[in-house]
Amino acid sequence: MNNELIVGIDLGTTNSLVAYMQGETPVIIPGEDGSNLVPSVVALDNHGQFVVGNPARKILIEHPERAIYSVKRLMGRGIEDIQDELKLFPFRIAQDVEWGEVLRIKLGERELTPPEISAIILRQLKKNAERFFAAPVSKAVITVPAYFNDAQRQATKDAGRIAGLDVVRLVNEPTAASLAYGLDKKKDGIVAVYDLGGGTFDISILKLHEGIFEVMATNGDTHLGGDDIDNRLLAIAMDDIANDLKLDIRRSGEAVQALRKAIIETKIALSAKTEANIDVELPQGKRYQRTITRERFEQLAEPIIQRTVQPCKQALADAKLQPDQIDEVVLVGGSTRIPRVHTLVKELFQREPHTELNPDEVVALGAAVQAHILSGGSAVTQDMLLLDVTPLSLGIEALGGVVAKIIQRNSTIPASATEHFTTGVEGQTSVAIHVVQGERELASDCRSLARFDLKGIPPMPAGLPRIEVKFLIDANGILHVSAREQRSGKEAEIEVKPTYGLTDDQVEKMILDSFDYAEEDFQRRQVIEARNEAEIILTALEKGRRAPVWQRLSEDEKTQIAQREAELNGARKGNDYKQIRGAVDALNQATMNLAELMMDSAVSSALKGKNMDKTEMEGGPTQSHPIAPAEITND
Amino acid sequence: MLCWSCRQPASGHFCPSCGKIQPAQATDYFSFFSLPRKLNIDLPSLEREFYRLSRKLHPDLFARGSAQEQEWSTEKTSQLNDAYRTLKDPIARTGYLLELEGVKLEEQSRSATDAARQTGAEKKQVVPPDLLEEVFELNMQLEEMRMNKQVGEDDPNIVRDLQQAQQHFEQKLNELTTELQNDWNEWDALIPAGSTEPQDQQARIRVRDKMVDLLNRRSYIRNLVRDVNEALS
Ligand SMILES: Nc1ncnc2c1ncn2[C@@H]1O[C@H](COP(=O)(O)OP(=O)(O)OP(=O)(O)O)[C@@H](O)[C@H]1O
Repeated sequence: MNNELIVGIDLGTTNSLVAYMQGETPVIIPGEDGSNLVPSVVALDNHGQFVVGNPARKILIEHPERAIYSVKRLMGRGIEDIQDELKLFPFRIAQDVEWGEVLRIKLGERELTPPEISAIILRQLKKNAERFFAAPVSKAVITVPAYFNDAQRQATKDAGRIAGLDVVRLVNEPTAASLAYGLDKKKDGIVAVYDLGGGTFDISILKLHEGIFEVMATNGDTHLGGDDIDNRLLAIAMDDIANDLKLDIRRSGEAVQALRKAIIETKIALSAKTEANIDVELPQGKRYQRTITRERFEQLAEPIIQRTVQPCKQALADAKLQPDQIDEVVLVGGSTRIPRVHTLVKELFQREPHTELNPDEVVALGAAVQAHILSGGSAVTQDMLLLDVTPLSLGIEALGGVVAKIIQRNSTIPASATEHFTTGVEGQTSVAIHVVQGERELASDCRSLARFDLKGIPPMPAGLPRIEVKFLIDANGILHVSAREQRSGKEAEIEVKPTYGLTDDQVEKMILDSFDYAEEDFQRRQVIEARNEAEIILTALEKGRRAPVWQRLSEDEKTQIAQREAELNGARKGNDYKQIRGAVDALNQATMNLAELMMDSAVSSALKGKNMDKTEMEGGPTQSHPIAPAEITND
Repeated sequence: MLCWSCRQPASGHFCPSCGKIQPAQATDYFSFFSLPRKLNIDLPSLEREFYRLSRKLHPDLFARGSAQEQEWSTEKTSQLNDAYRTLKDPIARTGYLLELEGVKLEEQSRSATDAARQTGAEKKQVVPPDLLEEVFELNMQLEEMRMNKQVGEDDPNIVRDLQQAQQHFEQKLNELTTELQNDWNEWDALIPAGSTEPQDQQARIRVRDKMVDLLNRRSYIRNLVRDVNEALS
């Protein structure tokens, strides 16, 4: 069986990437602008079209109201969870979102849920991959923070579906990173992966054994990362500005964004230098200038960095290990470039951490490795198998609001538990069950995952029905529930209402709503791109006809060219991109000689020190092309 | 049973004729690993078997299979993981065996304690008679410690007493572990070669009940240690 193409995607808080396995090595697929990182920013341009990445980041600075960033922080969360974030992030939540409902965020005229916004980013990555392969891409492995709960995972999977991607697997980010490292290390031992990104912190401890990557324990904080450092510095800067410059910029979105951008640049500079300047122009012709030392910066960031210590200790305790039993430590995530983070990790694990792989890229690379394994693998990945765990305990709300744990945290997944329920009143035909996730004793302190009713129980005296409910956490860390009434053998009906998620119907509707999706979208784009290629070669041919070298072609060649040209002109009126591409290739072949002649004459004129004949080359292709190679055009 | 795919007779995880994965079956954890219900388990070989089965059953290997095969693989792997997790831990293993023997262990867990507190119901928690005196004293000390804490006072004597109690009970836990090992040996000796369960029914019940008592004592003492730790922290 041929391996299917499955890409690996790191859907990050700050940056997103797509990668695939090229032979034996995972590589990042660059975007149209050639960069590997796609900033996780979505914006509306002047034409009301969505743009993603660097172009969206530009809009974010100039028209912050038309852009959204760090949306990952909102995935799978409700309005009551995010009150603190709202003070720090300029999310524009729709007014009428109620408690327990999926959030909606305003973007221009529209209101979008977090999965829909993430889907726009995913669609861009899908498009980048399709451009790269010139073939449709419909399957992906997507990474999530290890500490993501069920709702956050479900939201990520929904985002994939809305983007027209079959999400073959959700993989935990630190685990993915260990795969990327393990690929060339192939060494047995115990590895700790410390992942501090833009918005989330994860720590995972793995045992590597003959290609099996077995997660022993994981811990973290899904709201701890570089963003928090930025916010702290931003708050201090705004206070400074209010005090020293008598200017309150809190209401001015643009000024805040400009300041934020400058702060992040300063933060990044301080990872390489011991001192950096911050210099921002503010409204009313005012200006904020400061010099910040690394020492001062570290003082300010310390409380945030310290928040990673407790999860590390807990993970070690859960794995029943002492720090000196860890053989290797791997750093992942952009924020681990901060020197203080590096030394903290070194102190914690008493070991010099690995930084060979780019911490921004390693998660995507690992996702590509896992995608490769799932698509059938090859000699390099043959023995590799990931055994991951569920980060949070699963429980059921029992009498008095306490939680009865049914699956403990750090259980290897897939994992399951079977529970029995009965009725409390004679003739009762339904039983309500509340499933929660978390480590606290009271259900109200845990994350509510779902409430459901077991229905269709045959009427019996109280306590007689015996309903068996099976809870199964799959390899993605997502919960599935099924139930049966044992005395009657009847399959009990379950209606699961996810607490903050989208129902299947909602997701289906969103898939339909997202106008450019899947196959059809791919076809359309291919036709447009093929037509562009046709346009380019035909224009170049026009120029070639007017060039002196044209006369050096044989009559036979000229007729050939004319014929192919006519064919291409015919094909490009149609909608068959393969036919258009075929005709472009044929014309390429026919004009090979012409292109060479033109190149020779261009080279010789360049060698003679003459300027390039602008009229001959102007408007010509800038990409390498048989008629006029790009190397020669000097624009 | 016939294989769903090739219709040849099939048993086990995979069809011997066509190699396709077979539906998941309800099974107990010992049988899943083809082990007799013995309590002394060789952990390194259990781990090897866990890895070996993971390499055959894990859903990653069925990503290209049908939805049905993926579901069976997920279900079988969950059985494998649940079984391994339970059997590799001595206490969980013992508790599980006792459950198979039809015993419902007393709820000594934290949530049961809290539930009892919340609902005002009397919790079924029998103080082991030989501990009666010590527990009585400990409870007084704990009470005193709590009162001290409330008024923000610090009595080094109480702290010292509690630390001693902590050590004492942890020592007891260790003793119980040795005792449990003896019970295991006794239980395992009841299982004749070639058999998966004890045949002598009287002895079976006697050893079983000894272990039930031991696990209950153990969880009782563990709760005490937890309370002391909480008071001291
Ligand atoms: N040289 C640097 N020094 C300090 N911080 C940096 C540096 N480079 C990047 N960062 C910070 O790293 C964060 C981005 O890291 P990364 O791309 O790994 O995160 P992400 O994958 O988007 O987020 P997450 O994993 O939390 O979802 C940002 O907060 C960024 O400011």
